Parts: sequence; C-alpha cells; structure tokens
Amino acid sequence: MTAAAQPELLALLREQVPRVLGAVARRCSDFAAAEDAVQDALLQALAAWPAGRPANPGGWLYHVACRRLADHRDSERTRRHREATVAQDPAIGTADVHDDLDDDLLRDDTLPLLFTCCHPALTEPTAVALTLRAVGGLTTAEIAAAFLVPEATMAQRIGRAKQTIADSGIPLALPDPPERPARLRAVLHVLYLIFNEGHVASAGAQLVRVELATEAIRLARLLHRLLPDDGEVAGLLALLLLTDARRGARTGPGGELVPLDEQDRGRWDRAAIAEGSALVTAAFHRGNVGAFQLQAAIAALHDEAPSVAATDWPQILALYDVLRRLADNPAVELNRVVALAMVHGPVAGLARLDELAQEPRLQRSHRPHAIRGHLLAMAGDHAAAAACFRAAASHADNLAERAWLLRKAASSPAD
Amino acid sequence: MKFMLLMNCPRNVEQTLSTWSPADFQAHVAFMKRLNADLQQRGELVLAEGLDMPTAARIVRGQQKGPPLVTDGPFAEAKEFLAGFWIVDCSSRERAVAIAGAASLAPGPGGKPMQIPIELRQVMQAPKLVE
Repeated sequence: MTAAAQPELLALLREQVPRVLGAVARRCSDFAAAEDAVQDALLQALAAWPAGRPANPGGWLYHVACRRLADHRDSERTRRHREATVAQDPAIGTADVHDDLDDDLLRDDTLPLLFTCCHPALTEPTAVALTLRAVGGLTTAEIAAAFLVPEATMAQRIGRAKQTIADSGIPLALPDPPERPARLRAVLHVLYLIFNEGHVASAGAQLVRVELATEAIRLARLLHRLLPDDGEVAGLLALLLLTDARRGARTGPGGELVPLDEQDRGRWDRAAIAEGSALVTAAFHRGNVGAFQLQAAIAALHDEAPSVAATDWPQILALYDVLRRLADNPAVELNRVVALAMVHGPVAGLARLDELAQEPRLQRSHRPHAIRGHLLAMAGDHAAAAACFRAAASHADNLAERAWLLRKAASSPAD
Repeated sequence: MKFMLLMNCPRNVEQTLSTWSPADFQAHVAFMKRLNADLQQRGELVLAEGLDMPTAARIVRGQQKGPPLVTDGPFAEAKEFLAGFWIVDCSSRERAVAIAGAASLAPGPGGKPMQIPIELRQVMQAPKLVE
C-alpha cells in the first residue's frame, strides 16, 4: 500500500515537516539546503513508511534530512552513488532513531517558518508554493498538480522563493515586534490565497488534486493554535471554515455552480459553521476588529440564516460599512451593493453601482454586470436584467460562472 | 493567473523564411530558447511550442459514420498564421503583457526585432470561493 492510500499516515508526515525543517535549518544555518533535505526525507518517508512506521516519525525525518545534507556537501561522486546506497542502507529503513536526536526538535519553529515563507519580498505565487512545501509538507509534485503546472516549473518557483530569501538575508526568525503586525498580515494573505486556489474540482476528475482549501484551513488552524489571542488569525480561520462549510452545496451534480440563494442549506456543514461562528464571536469580544473578522462575521450571518429572505441584511450592511473603511477593496464595495439593495431596495443598489462604474479595478470584472442584472431583476426589469447577465457572461473568466450567467439570462421572464 | 500567448506571424514570413540566413535563423531560435529558459527559471512556464508551417496543416472533421475526414483546407484567408504559443502562469496581467512584449521582439533577418503581434488570452479559471 502506498502512502497516498493512507491519509492518516500522510497527515502524520505533514505535521512533522515544519518542526523538522526548523531543527535542520538551525543546525546547518542554510534554509534553502535544509528545505531541500527535508523534502528529500519526506519523499523517502512516503516510500518507506507504508511498510512500517517508525515509532519516532519526527526523529526519523530529522535523521534522514541531516544525512541528506551531509550527502549534498559531499562530492558529485557521492551524490551519484546516493540513490543506490540509500536504498540498501538499513539505517534509513524504518528502524527507530533514538540517537543524535537534538533537543532542537522539541522546539516548534512553525511560526518563524511561516513568517519567512510569506515574507513580503516574495511574489505571491512563490510564497504560496514555498509555504505549501516548507510548512504544509506537500511534495513539489502535489503542489504542481494542484496548480496545474509542470513539476519542473513548480520546482523553479520554490527555488526562486528560497533564492529571494537568501539574497534578501531574511532570517528564520520571528520579526521584530514593530514589524510583526504587517508581517502577520502577509502570512494571513498567503493562507487566504491558498484557500482561494482550492476551488471546486472543476478542472476534471482525472486529476488527483490536493485539497488546497482543506490545507489552508489546516495551516490557519495551526497558526491559530500558535497565536490564540490574535483576532485576525481567528478571523481568517473562521472565514475559511464558514466559506468551506458551503462547499458541498456550491456545485450541482454536473459540476455547475449553484449560487448562494439556490443552495440546499441542509447540505451545509453545521459543525464547521458552529466552529467558525464561535471563533468570530470570541474574537469580536476581544475587540480590535479587523477585515478577516468582519468578513467572517458576514459569512456567519449568511450561514446561520434559514433562507436569503430571512437573512439579517441590515446587520450585514452595517458590517460592510465598517469593512469598507478598513480596506480599499472594490470587491467589498460590490458585495455591499447587494446588501444595500436587500435593505433599501434595488433602486438604491443601482444608484451606488452607477457610482462604482468608473472604478478602474472593476473594468474587467464580470461582477458589476451580474449584480446589475440581479438588481434589475429585483426591480422587475427582466429584459434589461437578461442583457446584463449576458454582458457578465462575456466578461466571466471561468466556465462555471459563465454557464450560470447564461442560464440566468435565458431564464429571465420575457416582458 | 494563466495566460496563453499566441504568436501570429505575417504570411510573408512563411514565404520568406527559406531566404533567412542560417545565422539569422539560429539567432531567432536561440532567442526563443533563452526566453523559454528564463520563463522556466522564473517558475512561470507551463508550455511552449512552435508549430509547423501552415502549408502542412490539415483540417480534420469527424464523421457520424466512418473515419474522420481529412482535407488540406479550406483555411480562412488571413494575413497572419499561428506560428507558436506559450502558456504561462504568472502573478498578474501586467507580467503577461511584459512576457508577450519580450517575445514580440524576437530577431528576424539581419537581427532586426520582428515586433511579432502576440495575442494574449487569459485561460479560464475556476470560481473563487471568497469574493
């Protein structure tokens, strides 16, 4: 049986990776080399552990990674030789590792690792890739498959991220307290990006895809455990849980998109909703409310409502009013328009939409057209609504949304 | 974000390619190789291919019965033909434009930049979970 067939084994492996990487990196003070060595050890564990799991998984990985590092420092001859010797070396079988287990391993470096991998000097795609490998414990092949790019391309992206870290002299350490809030925002942003890449499996069932949404939630949970008092960390975890709770209802049997107002709310994940709501409520009580908490609170109001009509729209509108003051984000303005229309009627929503028409960041988006169509339909102008849905379809950059918008245009009642 | 870059060459390139000096042709190929290697190193390259000349193209139509029908045409009369394409995965539309702009300047006869028109098309994405 392979490791892929043993989810519990995979989970165990991934949990070990940041701690092991931290220990190896501290020992050799070369983050890039340490990260490569841990990835090698991970690949070897995936091959060896299904036959027999070591009693001390972290120690095993640490031991193998340190050996790999030594190998890399040896000559080209040794490197060529390595494949053969490793396969036969009983010491790197699944035998337990008791000796040379550093106290290092007991220290958890997950937090400094996250700050390093999500450093603002890295471009977003490289930070996402490196975080998934170094903290998430995913293999390059898994990450490449999740992003539908060749493995060699993903390997370069990860290599580039590490090169930037080396060139910029970014240490594997917690940032100084004055920098910490901004750096934490960068970490949260990367986890949010990972979640948003973990979209519904629209790219075809033949692809074995890592569940990036699940992975993002796991990493956010890890971060929340490390920083339990940070409201925005709790807010991000809550937002991801409250959004992911609707995953099962978000697509129909043919993979088509099912919008919020048509979803079968009975299929929403109640446990995730309860957890997310509790997290965001607790965070609100601590004060110092941030953008992720506000978005989570809005998601919670949607998730807890029995229907669109019975949703607490006035409170959602109030939350958007606060949110727009924190973040200059046109997506927030658009979502607020919907809430505005639900509270004050479609005419008020359309008026605000007209004001947003000049926003340059929305010029390419299909959403202003879709929302206008929605509001016109609310106002009873179905012919104009259908035209808007068609315009939105021509701007949509994904097939599921395009199909839904065209269906919406076709089903608008004729006047 | 993924983009497809379609390199459309003027028809006369097809006709005049045989008149290029070997050095010019090699310089052109070397430019493309360098560009692709650079994209690969940046972790942006998904796929890049050059296509055979349109004179060698065939039109294939599936038939309800029997094997597909293969013909030499007809092809739409166009001033340009698709000579090659890239699929890149980069962080922004601006970056995709920069890549297309670089590709456009591939050297032609005498090493002169050809300013090949590159058609930039975004690859359809999956819906975002959070708007």
